[in-house]
Amino acid sequence: MQFLSYLINGISLGSVYALIALGYTMVYGIAKMLNFAHGDVIMIGSYVIFFAFSTFGMNPILSVILAMIVCTILGVTIERLAYRPLREAPSLAVLITAIGVSYLLQQVAQLLWSSNPKNFKSVVSLSPVTLFDGQLIISAETIVTIAVCIIIMIALTAFINHTSTGHAMLAVSEDRGAAQLMGINVNATISLTFAIGSALAAVAGALMCSSYPTLMPTTGSMPGIKAFVAAVFGGIGSIPGAFLGGILLGIIENLSKAYISTQLSDAIVFLVLIVVLIVKPTGLLGKKVNVKV
Amino acid sequence: MAMTKWNNIKKSTKSNLITFGIVIGFYLLVQILSAAGVMTNSFAGQLVPICAYVVMAISLNLVVGFLGELSLGHAGFMSVGAFSGTLVWVSLYDTVPHWLALILAFVVGGLVAGLFGFVVGVPVLRLSGDYLAIVTLAFGEIVKNFMNAVYLGVDSNGLHFSLKDSNSLGLEPDGKILINGAMGITGIKKASTFTIGFVLVLITLIVVLNLINSRSGRAISAIRDNEIAAKSVGINITRYKLIGFVTSAVFAGMAGVLYSLNFSSLVAKKFDYNTSINILVFVVLGGIGSIRGSVIAAAILTVLPEMLRGLNDYRMLIYAIVLIVMMIFTRNPKLVAWRKQFTDKVKAQFVKSKDKSKKSKGVA
Amino acid sequence: MALLEVSNLGIAFGGLQAVAQLDLKIEKGHLYGLIGPNGAGKTTVFNMLTGVYKPTEGNIVLDGRDITGATPETISKAGIARTFQNIRLFNDMTVLDNVKVGLHNQVKYNMWTGILRLPAYREKEHEMDRRAMKLLKIFDLDKEANYKASQLPYGKQRKLEIARALATNPKLLLLDEPAAGMNPNETEELMQTVRSVRDQFGIAVLLIEHDMNFVMGICEEITVLDYGRVIAHGDGKTIRNNPKVIAAYLGGD
Repeated sequence: MQFLSYLINGISLGSVYALIALGYTMVYGIAKMLNFAHGDVIMIGSYVIFFAFSTFGMNPILSVILAMIVCTILGVTIERLAYRPLREAPSLAVLITAIGVSYLLQQVAQLLWSSNPKNFKSVVSLSPVTLFDGQLIISAETIVTIAVCIIIMIALTAFINHTSTGHAMLAVSEDRGAAQLMGINVNATISLTFAIGSALAAVAGALMCSSYPTLMPTTGSMPGIKAFVAAVFGGIGSIPGAFLGGILLGIIENLSKAYISTQLSDAIVFLVLIVVLIVKPTGLLGKKVNVKV
Repeated sequence: MAMTKWNNIKKSTKSNLITFGIVIGFYLLVQILSAAGVMTNSFAGQLVPICAYVVMAISLNLVVGFLGELSLGHAGFMSVGAFSGTLVWVSLYDTVPHWLALILAFVVGGLVAGLFGFVVGVPVLRLSGDYLAIVTLAFGEIVKNFMNAVYLGVDSNGLHFSLKDSNSLGLEPDGKILINGAMGITGIKKASTFTIGFVLVLITLIVVLNLINSRSGRAISAIRDNEIAAKSVGINITRYKLIGFVTSAVFAGMAGVLYSLNFSSLVAKKFDYNTSINILVFVVLGGIGSIRGSVIAAAILTVLPEMLRGLNDYRMLIYAIVLIVMMIFTRNPKLVAWRKQFTDKVKAQFVKSKDKSKKSKGVA
Repeated sequence: MALLEVSNLGIAFGGLQAVAQLDLKIEKGHLYGLIGPNGAGKTTVFNMLTGVYKPTEGNIVLDGRDITGATPETISKAGIARTFQNIRLFNDMTVLDNVKVGLHNQVKYNMWTGILRLPAYREKEHEMDRRAMKLLKIFDLDKEANYKASQLPYGKQRKLEIARALATNPKLLLLDEPAAGMNPNETEELMQTVRSVRDQFGIAVLLIEHDMNFVMGICEEITVLDYGRVIAHGDGKTIRNNPKVIAAYLGGD
């Protein structure tokens, strides 16, 4: 029973990773860049919810929607100002810029809201579910997190496979030059990708901080990095891969916390990354990309 | 006569000589100021950290500027070097001559960091691009977490190790705690001096510059510029990437030893992500691929925050903006073309006026 | 025995058979052309010959040594050098250093010799400079030796790529569309250069080219690919009159 509880919590944590990993994987697939600042967008979104909901007493769902709007604007602005000027530049330059943006967001948050942790009030106000005569208690946050993640995953897959905008995204990720020649507005498509990824980041922030209520300017960075690990694990650029990688990583992390060591659980997660990179660098569901020579 | 000789030297050699000149000049200047007794205490206290950060910046530039890869865990290598080197220093302090203990501390610190560089580099350097950044970042975090949790002691039965607390080491009464978890290593006899730091900077410069201007260094730069072409002329990609990466780690480790032996205690949290980013800022601001730039930027940016304490809250914010603006300004194709046009114009003007002056001399 | 013997070579990407049943025999010192419409698989052949792709079937034997599926590094050492359709130079390095990188496995000294500047360093660097300058002179690039490769005009970049390839001391040189983007004068000059390189170095050259005047002008033997398969083989005259070749180029059946 203990094991089942760890497993379910692992799936819940994994769902958060999956939502964050989606943002990484879509941006990586379409803009071919590692958006280091993605985790920090989550942090900003969480602060927005914290102030709207805890401080101003706004409706929790409205707070999350507000955070989604703020994050979308933030994500698109970052792309427009910092990344787009470097679209044709070497990837090293883009990566350094992304680190600069990530750092900028953290520092701004620290100046505005100080580095003292805020106690995030859960946006889920349902009561926990008790199973097996009270032997297994599953918190409402856990259930909502898993459910939201599945819904978003299905909706996003449908959007990409069945709308023309989704097809445009696929085309840009396959071959940017060719997509442009076919009349697809590449810049708009990339902006849209950042918008979707950032909106999902706000949702991920709400769910993550509801389960793990400590909110600080650095709250987003570790989950961000782990979600990237999840994206690589599942196969970067692949949406089902982000889902699978996220869930598996959440389970691995929770089980190693429970049975091995709390302090070393991060190390174990990164070990997974290294093992994946050695054994199957394309990830579980990724496809091999041949460099054109 | 001397001038013509100077003109015959290769351009890269000339540039290296200028770099050495700056470093040696700075050393002499400090010696003079110190002899004249006009140096402030706070500045004197900065001298060893300056040297440590200069070495860090040079070694990171080897990875970023010449290997063309991004390492976000440079502080991690500094940390493992600092801890292993300091352990050697603390353990040998009473048994061998101090100069020998000190040299061994630097050698061990460098080697241990190099070994970690190898272990991190082997799986990742085969892959291209962004993976190294993530894995080195992860490495830095693991080192920090791990060193925060480590307890190490020694007694008549040998070494004791624990990840829980100092009591669980189970030391005999005569035992001594070497690493005390988050408190790190305490009671270090200070050994670093500005002269030692200066020597380390010189050694780093010599090794890195000589490496860059050699067959191995050309192979490293070739891989950065075009990996497929480098393979096609028979270069072993993994080997040369590793040479660059491990060399960089070795010097980061030695910089860690220099840094740690300047203080009486050593804690793991000194070497966190912020430190790695700081060093990246030195490299970016000094110019990616410019060793001299790294030296100057590291020195100035280490001293400046001390002098402008009021700005300290905004320092990291400014650094973040520096990273973004520098990248856009130096790597945006349009801006680069525009700047090139501008400098070409200035150069053309310059040549014209030079021609004129030559002509006028001819007439005279 | 020919210098290069390729038999039954093929590669499939997923379900797509890009090249199939390719036989090639290139004699020492021959100028050999590989032509065909766009997408016929010519560059894929180059990529298999140089180890960028691993063939899924067949054999490649260079000078009696089987190099099928070997790494690019091994193949370069074995004696095949190449240029690329979209020029791949070391852009941030000087013209001279580009060629010196090509000499990597010709003039060797180890890392420590370089770092410690042992006496061998000077000697070997001198030898490299001498050999590199000699190659640059052949391609009339010696005056630009200290320019960055990216500063060269297009035509000279193509030449530099050939110089770099020759620096590896190959037995067989592969040129992927060497005349692309050149005007008729430059093309004429390039033909002279390729011929004289063959004569001076005694190497065989296999080239892909769309400029038919160029191919017919210098190639002693030509193989035509279409949809990954050989449709014709022979000298220029035979190829020009082959109805299959004409059909392939005109797109008819």
